[in-house]
Amino acid sequence: MYTQSFSTADKEAKPDGKAVVQPLNAADEARQTHFDAVIDADGKIEPRDWMPEAYRKTLVRQISQHAHSEVVGMLPEGNWISRAPSLKRKTILIAKVQDEAGHGLYLYSAAETLGTSRDQMLEGLHSGKAKYSSIFNYPTLNWADVGVIGWLVDGAAIMNQIPLCRCSYGPYARAMIRVCKEESFHQRQGYEGLLVMMQRGTPEQKAMVQDAVNRTWWKCLAMFGPPDADSPNSAQGMRWGIKRISNDHLRQKFVDATVPQAEVLGVTLPDPDLKWNEARGHHDYGQIDWDEFWATVNGHGPCNKERLATRVKAHEQGQWIRDAALAHAAKQQQRQQKEAA
Amino acid sequence: MGAPANTNANAPADYLLHLADNALVLGQRNAEWCGHGPILEEDLAMANNSLDLIGQARMLYQHAASLINADDEAGERFKHLQGARVDGQVTDDTLAYFRDTAEFRCHTLLELPHHGPLVGYANSERDYSVTLTRNFLYSALMALVWQRLQTSADPQLAGIAAKSLKETRYHLSHSSDWLVRLGDGTEESHQRAQAALDHLLPYCEAFWLPGHAAEEAALANGTGVCVSELRDDWNAIVNETLSEATLQRNDTQPHVGYVAQGHLGVHSEHLGFLLAEMQSLARAHPQGVW
Amino acid sequence: MSQQQPALKEWPLWEVFVRSKQGLEHKHCGSLHASDAQHALQMARDVYTRRQEGVSIWVVPSNTITASEPDSKDSFFDPAADKIYRHPTFYDIPDKVGHM
Repeated sequence: MYTQSFSTADKEAKPDGKAVVQPLNAADEARQTHFDAVIDADGKIEPRDWMPEAYRKTLVRQISQHAHSEVVGMLPEGNWISRAPSLKRKTILIAKVQDEAGHGLYLYSAAETLGTSRDQMLEGLHSGKAKYSSIFNYPTLNWADVGVIGWLVDGAAIMNQIPLCRCSYGPYARAMIRVCKEESFHQRQGYEGLLVMMQRGTPEQKAMVQDAVNRTWWKCLAMFGPPDADSPNSAQGMRWGIKRISNDHLRQKFVDATVPQAEVLGVTLPDPDLKWNEARGHHDYGQIDWDEFWATVNGHGPCNKERLATRVKAHEQGQWIRDAALAHAAKQQQRQQKEAA
Repeated sequence: MGAPANTNANAPADYLLHLADNALVLGQRNAEWCGHGPILEEDLAMANNSLDLIGQARMLYQHAASLINADDEAGERFKHLQGARVDGQVTDDTLAYFRDTAEFRCHTLLELPHHGPLVGYANSERDYSVTLTRNFLYSALMALVWQRLQTSADPQLAGIAAKSLKETRYHLSHSSDWLVRLGDGTEESHQRAQAALDHLLPYCEAFWLPGHAAEEAALANGTGVCVSELRDDWNAIVNETLSEATLQRNDTQPHVGYVAQGHLGVHSEHLGFLLAEMQSLARAHPQGVW
Repeated sequence: MSQQQPALKEWPLWEVFVRSKQGLEHKHCGSLHASDAQHALQMARDVYTRRQEGVSIWVVPSNTITASEPDSKDSFFDPAADKIYRHPTFYDIPDKVGHM
């Protein structure tokens, strides 16, 4: 669904945004110059191209974590498939969760062009070393959560993701274009589902929607990552053409876009400090609880253990199936060779 | 099925409900794998399968709903279903969410959980070999059924059949390819697939059971298909795949003992739990608009 | 494939090319893991063409593709690396390269 910006330390990046710390030999110096020129010209780096090791590693981490987010993201919404209250909504939800699996696949595929494998990436996720977007560490407690995830969480994701369509690394940019096309569809459907409940639903349904918004709003604001002042990695990401717009800038954009949408819906965003600031030309908003955010990112949220354990279980329980397919393929190969001989 | 005498008949509502319930219940079961599949690619494939089935169910329920709304006698029979009505009219959701277990007409085969024989309230891990084997046995039947229903005297059903046939053929090739991989894969996969087959095959006897009133009514006006006439073809498809999969049929022929009767409204212990979950939210808000 | 695959723990990687209904040529969409060609085709249909009918799909094992780079970057690439990925995963790579 989207990637969450963290300030995770990258040993090889200097704070001033210049490239690798290790000295390069003459040939690599020339390659670095060429690489920098391509980035500066807003060109694309492709899988065959030379790239600084730090750039490659950063991308492997970012793309794979983005992929993990899509896959883990299937779980909170998947929680409501069996109970979807109409056949239409059930269909829409399954299609959405399926799209998320597909996005995971596009992204794993893009990451594999950089010298990692699906198994290695999954090992990172399942061992807890790799991160995924922390918004998925919260439970989905009523049906309206599904619509709110579409409206707010996907909305935030889209804001993060559209700039990635211009990312310097070709396969990632192309995967993101594909993802963004499908994503806007999800946001509209989520919003539309809420609109129906708010405009034509029962008082209980309206209460359901407000409750979902109350629990989700602040978590979505945190999705854009820590304030720019606390994000040392952002500078390097910008230098490499991976990160295009700052966390705070995206967060502000999101708030400004969402306030009128909330008004149309008739829900109250749970922030007493949220108000239009004429002088700034933007909405002011209240303080995000970064302590809670970091505690959750670091494994102490409501659903971290369950999300991870569920993915580990699916993978472990699927081992015999994956083995069977490989065994069969090997048998077929042997038969074909025997016949050819 | 030869050219029908009348090409503008209506399939009986109960016949459509049988076909719709089959699709919905299996779609519901297959969707249980979302987020839990053995590899991400299979998650996608099974979600696709589920979407196809629920799509088929919706078309069939909508057709049944319009026939019920247009017919006084049927309207009377379904009067007790008050949920999800629009302007007093029965909708697809009314039929899917507000009928009780005994009113469902799906084959028992399709409501079974993804594991071997256990009572309704027992818990067990899901086994993908049960899922794939069941999909195979059912798709093999429906590929034959949809093909013949393309010439149903009910033009709407014929249209649904044409679309569903394409989807079902894909489901059949997906599940049969997998059954071969599992049967002729590792020792473990072979044992699991064999166990799944031994567990599920007896439920298929229900396909051929005479006395299916809804089907007989559909046959009478040229809108339905006589499933028992498909038995040899079904056996041929099944046996071919099982042979390639190195799996054995251990179902006794002629069949001995109980034959599942889900299609007649007498289900296993499992459907009650499935529907309790599926219908709970809709029933909690019978006037809800979604 | 003519040569024997080593015993793999992971399903091999396949590149997917799709020609859309109105398309003139197959376009590279991405990759996926599958145990054999037939499987790869089925998966590709599900993953890359979910919403379309009348498409043509090609799947090719990633490690059988040979690539070249005929542009001004000539002087900057290693002529020995003629595979599509600079850092291929279907070869043995040292741990430190693979880890995130």
